[in-house]
Amino acid sequence: MDLKQLYYEMLRIRRVEESIATLYAEQQMRCPVHLSIGQEAVAAGAAAALKPGDQAMSGHRSHAHYLAKGGSLRAMLAEIYGKATGCCGGKGGSMHLVDLAAGFMGAVPIVGSTIPIAVGLAFGAQLQGSSRVTLAFFGEGATEEGVFHESINFASLKKLPVVFVCENNFYSVYSPLEVRQPRHREVFQQAIGHGVESHQADGNEVAEVLRLTQAAVEKARSGGGPTFIEFKTYRWREHCGPGYDNDIGYRTPEEYEHWKALCPLERTRRQLLAAGTAAAELDTMQARIDLEIAEAAAFAKASPFPTRESATQPLFAA
Amino acid sequence: MNRIRKYHEALLEATDLCLARDPRVYLMGLGVPDPKGIFGTTLGLQQKHGARRVLDMPTAENGMTGVAIGTAIAGMRPILTHQRLDFALLAMEQMVNQAAKWHYMFGGQMRVPLVIRMILGRGWGQGPQHSQSLHAWFAHVPGLKVVMPVTPQDAKGLLIASVEDDNPVIFLEHRWLHNITGHVPEGHYTVPIGPARIARAGKDVTIVAASYMVLEALRAAELLAADGIETEVIDLRTISPLDSDTINESVSRTGRLVVADLGTKSFGISGEIIARVVEAQLASLKAPPGRVSAPDYPTPTSPALANNYYPRAPHIVAAVRRQFGLPVDEASLMVDNSIWLDVPDKSFTGPF
Ligand SMILES: Cc1ncc(C[n+]2csc(CCOP(=O)(O)OP(=O)(O)O)c2C)c(N)n1
Ligand SMILES: [Mg+2]
Repeated sequence: MDLKQLYYEMLRIRRVEESIATLYAEQQMRCPVHLSIGQEAVAAGAAAALKPGDQAMSGHRSHAHYLAKGGSLRAMLAEIYGKATGCCGGKGGSMHLVDLAAGFMGAVPIVGSTIPIAVGLAFGAQLQGSSRVTLAFFGEGATEEGVFHESINFASLKKLPVVFVCENNFYSVYSPLEVRQPRHREVFQQAIGHGVESHQADGNEVAEVLRLTQAAVEKARSGGGPTFIEFKTYRWREHCGPGYDNDIGYRTPEEYEHWKALCPLERTRRQLLAAGTAAAELDTMQARIDLEIAEAAAFAKASPFPTRESATQPLFAA
Repeated sequence: MNRIRKYHEALLEATDLCLARDPRVYLMGLGVPDPKGIFGTTLGLQQKHGARRVLDMPTAENGMTGVAIGTAIAGMRPILTHQRLDFALLAMEQMVNQAAKWHYMFGGQMRVPLVIRMILGRGWGQGPQHSQSLHAWFAHVPGLKVVMPVTPQDAKGLLIASVEDDNPVIFLEHRWLHNITGHVPEGHYTVPIGPARIARAGKDVTIVAASYMVLEALRAAELLAADGIETEVIDLRTISPLDSDTINESVSRTGRLVVADLGTKSFGISGEIIARVVEAQLASLKAPPGRVSAPDYPTPTSPALANNYYPRAPHIVAAVRRQFGLPVDEASLMVDNSIWLDVPDKSFTGPF
C-alpha cells in the first residue's frame, strides 16, 4: 500500500469516528463507544501489512482496527445503532465488532482477553499448516494483565505466527502509565523478557508502522515466530464517549496540544504534498469518504431492530 | 431529622470514615484517584488520606487481588474496587481458592479482612460483558460473605461493617443505585452483615429481593395494593449468609413467596431461597413459589433486545397474581421500541 492509500485509510477512520461523535448526540447509538481519533496510523499501517487471508483481533477501542482490516462500515454502524443488520445482529454493539469475511475475528471489551484468543488463532494456523498470520491489537493497559504474559510466553515457546501490536496512548481510562508501570522499564521491554523480538516506534508515523509490521508479518509467515511492537500514540477524545475529557483534569492541555500537533493525518498530508500530490486530490478523498459514511449511516438508521424473538438465540450451536 | 444523601455519597462517607478511624485500612483500584472517582464513591479521598493509602493500580485484577490478600494477611485491611463485576472475573482464582479458604485451610491461623467492591452494570448498551449479575457465584463459595445493599443508609452501614469484618466480603453495588437518595445517618454506624430488612410489611404475600430488585418489588407492592393485595417486601441486604429466619417467619404468615432477583434464573439465589422455605415449611405454602429473574441468556446490547431482558415491577405483579390464580395479561409485560428502558433516570447521561 502506498502512502496515498494509507492516508485514505486514516482519513476514512477519522471521518467515521467524527461522524459517530456527531451522530451520538441524537441518542440513537445507545451503547458505549471508544473512539480512535488520533490513533489512526497504527490501525491503518498495521492492517496494511496483512494479506486478505490474515486475521486480526482487538479490544474495546476497535473501530479503527475493524475498518482498516476491511470490516464492513455499514455493518459496524448498524451494530452501533443496535440493528438486526449489524455485524452481531445487535447482540454486541460498538464494543463487540466482528467481520469474518474480512478476517476481523472479533473484538471484546474485557481488557487483554482477545490476546490469548489471537494466539490461539495463530496456534490453529500452525496446527493446520496454514500460512495465515494473526495480529492482535491492544492497548498498553492490556500488558498489565496476566493473560498477556501467559499468552506471549506460549507464542514464544511455539514460535507462533502472531504479531502483537500494542498502542501505547499512556492511559488506561484516566490512570496514567506512571501509576501502573515502572518508569525505568519501557512497555516493549516486557516482550523481550519472554524471548520475543520487540520494537518501540512512533505510532503517528504511518509509513513506519507499516514498515515494522510488515517485517513482523513476513517473519511470522516464514516460521520466525512472534514479534511485539509498541507504537506510541495518543487518544484525542474522551476515553469512552463522543466528547472530550481534557476538562476533568487527568491530563494537561500542554500534553494534549503536543500530541495534537503530531496528528498522523496532517503529517502524512504534508509528506504527500511535498512529494507532489495535488491538494485537490486529497480533498476529493474526503468528499468520497463522507458520501460513503452518509450512505452507511442512512442504511444503519433505516435498518430494522432485531425482533424480540431473536433475543434468546443463538445460545448454542446446533 | 432526615439527612438526605445519594448512594454514592454514602459509600464515600463510609470509606472516608474507615480510612480515618483505622490506619490499617487502605483503598486500591483502577481509577480510584481519578477525577471521576469510581462513580463519585472515592472522590477526594487521595487528597485527604494520602497516596500511600488511596491508590490506583495496574490493569491487573487477578494479581492485585492476590496482593490485597497478602496485605490483609500482613495486617492491613484493604478495600479493592472494580468498575464492573465482569472485570473481577479475572480474579476468581484469588477470590475463590485463596481469599475464601485461607482462614479455614490453615486452621484459623490467619485472617483475610478484605472488602472487594464490584459494580453490577446495566443500561445504555452495557451488553454481554459489562452487566452480569453473578452474585450467586460468590454466595456459592463457602468462606465469602456477599452483601448487596439497596438503600444509601444500608450502603454506608454495610460498607463499614464489611471493612470491620475479619473475613473477605464481596460488596456489590448496582450501577442504577449510585444516584438514588435516602436518609444517611451522620458519623460511624454499622449495619450488621446477615440480617435482612422488612422493607414493607404485608400479610398476603412475601416478595424477597436484593439490591436494585428491591426497588422493583416496592413498585410492584404499590400496584398490588391497588388490587387489594398486601405485600411484604424483604430486602435481603446480605445474600450470604442468608437470613432464612426472616424469610421463613414472613412466609409462615403470608403462605406465599415470590423471589425477585437480578441474576439469570437457573442455579441462582431464587432457587436457594425457595428451597430453604420448602425445607422448613412446605405445608404453609398456599401456592408454588414464584421466581422473577433475568432470562437464561446473555445480556444483548441492542436497546430493542435489552428492553425486554430485565424483569420489572409488572413481572413481579404478574408472578404474585399467578399465586392467587388471578389473570395475567402476558402481552402487557412486553414493551415495544417506542420507549427505551436503558437509563435509570434522566440524570443518567451514559455512556458508562
Ligand atoms: C479486565 C478489564 N479491566 C478493566 C476494564 C475497564 N477498562 C475499559 S477500557 C480500559 C482501558 C484499558 O487501557 P488500554 O488497554 O491502554 O486501552 P486504551 O483505552 O488506552 O485504548 C479499562 C481499564 C475492562 N474493560 N476489562
Ligand atoms: Mg492505553
